[in-house]
Amino acid sequence: MFVDTEQFAADLAAMGEVERERSYGRVRQWFADHADKITHHAHLLPADTATTVRLDGGEPLITDGPFVEGKEVVSGFAEIDVADLDEALRMVKAWPACPVVEIRPVAS
Amino acid sequence: MTRPSHAELARVVRDHAGRLAASLVHLVGDFAAAEDLVQDAVEAALTHWPVEGIPERPDGWLYTVARRRGLDVLRRESRHRDKLALVPWPAEPEPDDRLRLIFTCCHPALPRTAQVALTLRVVCGLTTAQIAKAFLIPETTVAQRITRAKRKISDAGIPYRIPSADELGARLAEVLTVVYLLFNEGYLSSGGQQAQSRDLVDDAEFLATLLHQLMPTEPEVAGLLALIRLHRARAAARFTPHGGIIQLQDQDRSRWDHEAIADAARLIARAATFKRLGPYQLQAAIVACHAEAKRWEDTDWTQIVVLYDMLLHLAPSPVTRLHRAIALRYITGPAAALSELDALDDALDGYHLLHATRAELLRDLGRADQARAADERALELTANPAEQSLLRQRLNWT
Repeated sequence: MFVDTEQFAADLAAMGEVERERSYGRVRQWFADHADKITHHAHLLPADTATTVRLDGGEPLITDGPFVEGKEVVSGFAEIDVADLDEALRMVKAWPACPVVEIRPVAS
Repeated sequence: MTRPSHAELARVVRDHAGRLAASLVHLVGDFAAAEDLVQDAVEAALTHWPVEGIPERPDGWLYTVARRRGLDVLRRESRHRDKLALVPWPAEPEPDDRLRLIFTCCHPALPRTAQVALTLRVVCGLTTAQIAKAFLIPETTVAQRITRAKRKISDAGIPYRIPSADELGARLAEVLTVVYLLFNEGYLSSGGQQAQSRDLVDDAEFLATLLHQLMPTEPEVAGLLALIRLHRARAAARFTPHGGIIQLQDQDRSRWDHEAIADAARLIARAATFKRLGPYQLQAAIVACHAEAKRWEDTDWTQIVVLYDMLLHLAPSPVTRLHRAIALRYITGPAAALSELDALDDALDGYHLLHATRAELLRDLGRADQARAADERALELTANPAEQSLLRQRLNWT
């Protein structure tokens, strides 16, 4: 799971067209480099487009925004097929974009 | 058969438990299942050996118990059945493969507390109860840490292997941190002899020795081993018969183990030939400066300050700066050292040694009232009984 921070979003917004395109290029390159291990991936639209439904308080409660109002938000995910955690760590160490990545096994 | 001493029992378990664990992981192909079998075998040994004596072939004994238990589990528990059914169970344990075991236990994806507990249990053969006792935490907490860690190893896919060359540096640093923590914990809590508890310093030295055997060309491993041995070589002179601390300048240096000190110094010199200096080699070199001085007055403070400067360059830390300031006192005097301390106030205000050191410097400068206040602050901050009594003594006598 890719996690954006406020700082990262601000840095990205402050970039010029050329620089931003270069940084997107690095991300595309990362996906290409690891294509054989990535089974599925998605980039999410920013957290201000999120809608959250809470079902734990009797009536469903629908609110605007992500489920945690925080400085860090999940911005996308990729499902990868690797032999072990070290292989996943090697991939993530080469990730060129957002500053936080959470690795979580898929329940089988 | 004579009854084995507690230390002997601990040593034999330590020598064989990790080896057995490594060979069982290899056989069973499952870390958690293998670990359960080893624990059962160790528990059985701790029940039988004190009464029946240590068998001639402890490794064979432990292996037989683990094997029998493995077959029992196979019959009873379906969850291990697939794995254990495939095990060929050779008559003899496999050759030494403990390095993989250590790297798995100290994987950076595990929390530090779990790395420590797992290493002690799996590599050194401590029981959950012994770990709990050594760290003064409830047994259930230790058990929980172990269970969670084992679950994470299997669920998150933490591999059972020696890291590749490009990762080895960082991963080895992680392992050495665990060993260093164990050593520190054991070193600070030592003093009184508790017959039932395991001496963590023994386990730390055992691990460092093992790592040094298995990775003889890693100079930081040699550095950590030397550091541990240098401290141990002087352990006998550190405490009064009643467990009170004797400070370095007051220690009877004839009680130091000078042969062990010379051995450790050779270890440092050999490590230096690899030309990959690191924090453990530097710390060991600093301790060696103290250990090799015939008398307190002979201490080479200039050399010590140079080594601290190198250490600060590699691994900046306020605690290291504090120690450097202590050494500086013997070169440039207490006033200069005191002003160094002032710069550390923010970082180390909660650290008793900062205040205890300040008290000594203030006393040197004739500022007795301020010295008392600093000693009182230090006393508030330490929970170690031996340190507390030293500080109380100082407050009473000055």
